[in-house]
Amino acid sequence: MRSINRRLAVIVASGLVGLPAVAQQAPPAPPARFVVVLDAAHGGDDAGGRLSDNQLEKNLTLSLSVRLRSLLGARGIQVATTRESDVAVDPVKRAEIANHAQAQACLSIHASESGSGVHLYASSLSPAQPVRFAAWKTAQAGWVTRSLALEGVLNSALLQAGLNVTLGRSSLPVLDSMTCPAVAVEIAPVVGQDKKVASALGDPDYQARLATALAAALVEWRADAWRTDVGRTGGHP
Amino acid sequence: MIPRHQKLLFGILLVASLIMGVTLWRLRERAHQRLLAGQDSAPTSAPQIAPAEEATLLVANDSDGSLLTQVRALPLPTDPGARARVVLGRLLDLYAVPDATHPVPGGGASVLQVFLMPAPYFGSRTLTPVGSKTGKSAVESADTAGSPQLAVVNLAGSFAANHPSGIETETLTVLSICGTLHANLPRVTQVRFLVDGQPRATLAGHADLTGTYLAAEAVPRP
Repeated sequence: MRSINRRLAVIVASGLVGLPAVAQQAPPAPPARFVVVLDAAHGGDDAGGRLSDNQLEKNLTLSLSVRLRSLLGARGIQVATTRESDVAVDPVKRAEIANHAQAQACLSIHASESGSGVHLYASSLSPAQPVRFAAWKTAQAGWVTRSLALEGVLNSALLQAGLNVTLGRSSLPVLDSMTCPAVAVEIAPVVGQDKKVASALGDPDYQARLATALAAALVEWRADAWRTDVGRTGGHP
Repeated sequence: MIPRHQKLLFGILLVASLIMGVTLWRLRERAHQRLLAGQDSAPTSAPQIAPAEEATLLVANDSDGSLLTQVRALPLPTDPGARARVVLGRLLDLYAVPDATHPVPGGGASVLQVFLMPAPYFGSRTLTPVGSKTGKSAVESADTAGSPQLAVVNLAGSFAANHPSGIETETLTVLSICGTLHANLPRVTQVRFLVDGQPRATLAGHADLTGTYLAAEAVPRP
């Protein structure tokens, strides 16, 4: 009887307080744990593609990963990386690192001389219900829907930053084994209508713009994740 | 005065020289006969040239990551496997020209073989019905009511070795090959790749070549 009265009191109180009370609340605290995995592709003996000015893909992906990690750290986002130096990391190991981190977003960073702007790729696996024990090569199937949502958020942020974006789906060994919302980000030079390179891959301004846009997208993704959590749990952790 | 044994030796050498000369003459005659026989077996009539038929090519474009449908008239053999090889060869020829929209060196010679075989059941995925979406092509074989087929495309090692590295460019190559096969041979619903007859992890470091591709998914929807 006492507990019923207490519940009624809570309901009446919340009804009385209403919307103004919500407006007066402090800004919502971020969720307890939000981890982003940054996978700088290639490394060590695997140099990846040879880019302009004799630059190697492995070096560019690492420098972008380091820059992005620093931006995310400054925004209070916990970051796990698959490599911090020029070392070879097996694709299986990369996926293992991402899966152990239980991340809310995994970005596999690549670079290429082909095409123009930024290419965003999600896994081409058909979406499936997440299961406790998934096949290694198709583990991403349970996360494809979330990966496509993450791809959409990244696309919006990059477009807002004035960058050309190409969206697609591909079969990539590392991505297909990740159990997190995962997107491959491939950076290409910005090529204008006259087929001249407007922003080269080595351009520090271009890299900075790109990293800032990706960081903004991940902040937005964190906010989305928190809103989803609030909607699901009613604000209780 | 010439000693007797020297005369004998001279005689022997003379006879040996004559024998060798005759043998060489006969060998030359035999070689000449063989050459003439080879010429006789050469075809004397012009080879049959198949009539040109329309083939649908899904040509990749790196600038926007798209596949553009192009219809070309090509002389095509009747055998489906040979047809598939000719069509893919033409597709890769387009990529090998200097101002290609999807530059990849190698050309048509990079397609070593295309094997067609009954497609295995593929998990819970629904295979695209034969002839759906893309409509019938003139290259399509007469029996379209048959069971789905798996195409195994054997590429040259030099093609993979010289392919530009990158997710977009490699994915477009794979999708354009799958889409072109399905557009011209609608029974081909699954595609697998070999390089120099061996399985290979990726095309050039990115796109997975170990799995089976669903060919219908590469065809742009109308």
